[in-house]
Amino acid sequence: MTMPMYVSPEQLMKDRADYARKGISRGRAAVACTYSEGVLLCAENPSKTLRKAGEIYDKIGFMGVGKYSEFDQLRIAGIRHADLKGYSFSRDDVDARWLANQYAQILGQYFTHEMKPLEVEMIVAEIGDYAEDDQLFHLLYDGTVMDTSSFVVIGGEAELIRDRIQENWKAGTSLKESIKLTTEALSGPDKSFSSNELEVALLSRGNGRRAFTRIEGDELNELLA
Amino acid sequence: MTLPIFSPPEDPGPSFFNLLQKVGFHNKISEKIENNNSITHGTTIVAIRYSDGVLMAGDRRATSGHLISHKTMEKVFPADAFSGVGISGAAGPAMEMVKLFQLQLEHYEKVEGSPLSLEGKANQLSLMLKGNFPAAMQGLGVIPIFAGYEEKTEQGRLFQFDITGGRYEEKDFVSTGSGSLHASTVVKLRHSSSVGLSGAIDIALEALLEASEEDSATGGPDLLRGIFPVVAKIDSNGFERISDEELESRTEIMVQNISERGNSQT
Repeated sequence: MTMPMYVSPEQLMKDRADYARKGISRGRAAVACTYSEGVLLCAENPSKTLRKAGEIYDKIGFMGVGKYSEFDQLRIAGIRHADLKGYSFSRDDVDARWLANQYAQILGQYFTHEMKPLEVEMIVAEIGDYAEDDQLFHLLYDGTVMDTSSFVVIGGEAELIRDRIQENWKAGTSLKESIKLTTEALSGPDKSFSSNELEVALLSRGNGRRAFTRIEGDELNELLA
Repeated sequence: MTLPIFSPPEDPGPSFFNLLQKVGFHNKISEKIENNNSITHGTTIVAIRYSDGVLMAGDRRATSGHLISHKTMEKVFPADAFSGVGISGAAGPAMEMVKLFQLQLEHYEKVEGSPLSLEGKANQLSLMLKGNFPAAMQGLGVIPIFAGYEEKTEQGRLFQFDITGGRYEEKDFVSTGSGSLHASTVVKLRHSSSVGLSGAIDIALEALLEASEEDSATGGPDLLRGIFPVVAKIDSNGFERISDEELESRTEIMVQNISERGNSQT
């Protein structure tokens, strides 16, 4: 008779974490940072259809890296949750903190109970009426949540890009400066990105009820120049 | 409320109605309503196509039987950035329908990453009406009109509906509500294919004024309290309300013209 093989919990968790980390680090990085008018979401992404950034609700945006099918499913679940909550209560009752907690629960549950953890790293961003109310939630594959009001880097080579941004980071800069800082950090000193290698989106206080917009084409070229 | 995650065969897709059903929201009317007289009815809404897009206008009165229950009701709403919806019929279900319709369009746009086509939006509204048909047979009917600007063809399009969900596209103008007969006669006589925005606003204001004079359930412009119809244009810049100041000055000119016409006849 065969006995089930014993694996220590420490080893099991470490293996799962390594597996998830490996999946995430294969992909390209994405950055979310606050600027004077709201939040900038910026990613290296040559695809125009498989997006990393998305709109969740009026003031809430999403960014994910890792396995596309997995973070896209979570993005859609987030939209559904937000629309249902806004429909049954009020549009003002939908907030990013609650959503981030829900995401954390799902990620944590997958990490400990399922066959394999989700290979995703995500950002939930929310803008408030004033710059000091802007918030970024950083979610890891194991359900860890962190919040900040400056910037978050996710995906492959995140450490390196984080250091590059940290060096020149200033709060409350203009959109043009923020795009310059993030794209230069994403590309590194040796190369630079053209507009069709980047995916750029904003949550801007100047956009009315639905704060989310994408910046593409000529508009992006102008900001990159 | 937990995060709504579904297995692939259970997934409701980009439809907000299907999602509501999956999570167990129901808004069915089960009790039969015997007395139809107590239900809020009556309205006049017109939508006119002009050179750059479409114009929608609706009066502000809501009635319950012989009583005027609201003087400042709004019955023309943006459906999304490039389309609008105007409602007539039972106020409660109509408002709920507009709210759900707006949500459905926004939900689809967010999930799919691109908006529905104008015809797709009109079809969605048609499906909602079909769903409301049992309630309509009990006296809670809703008859909307839908208008929007189509970026592909660079022009405005208009859709009329009936209580069964029938969808009828019209070329130049549509109207709905108890005063629609009078309003559409005015529009029919004055409309031409080359009419611009300014002309279209004047036609809409006069159509609503005529309707308010013939139909007790349609409110006219109230210069005393500063209550004017809700008028909105939808063109390449999207849905935009016409300001009350502009409507006031146009109404004053219109009233002036009518009184001069009246004086010359006597």
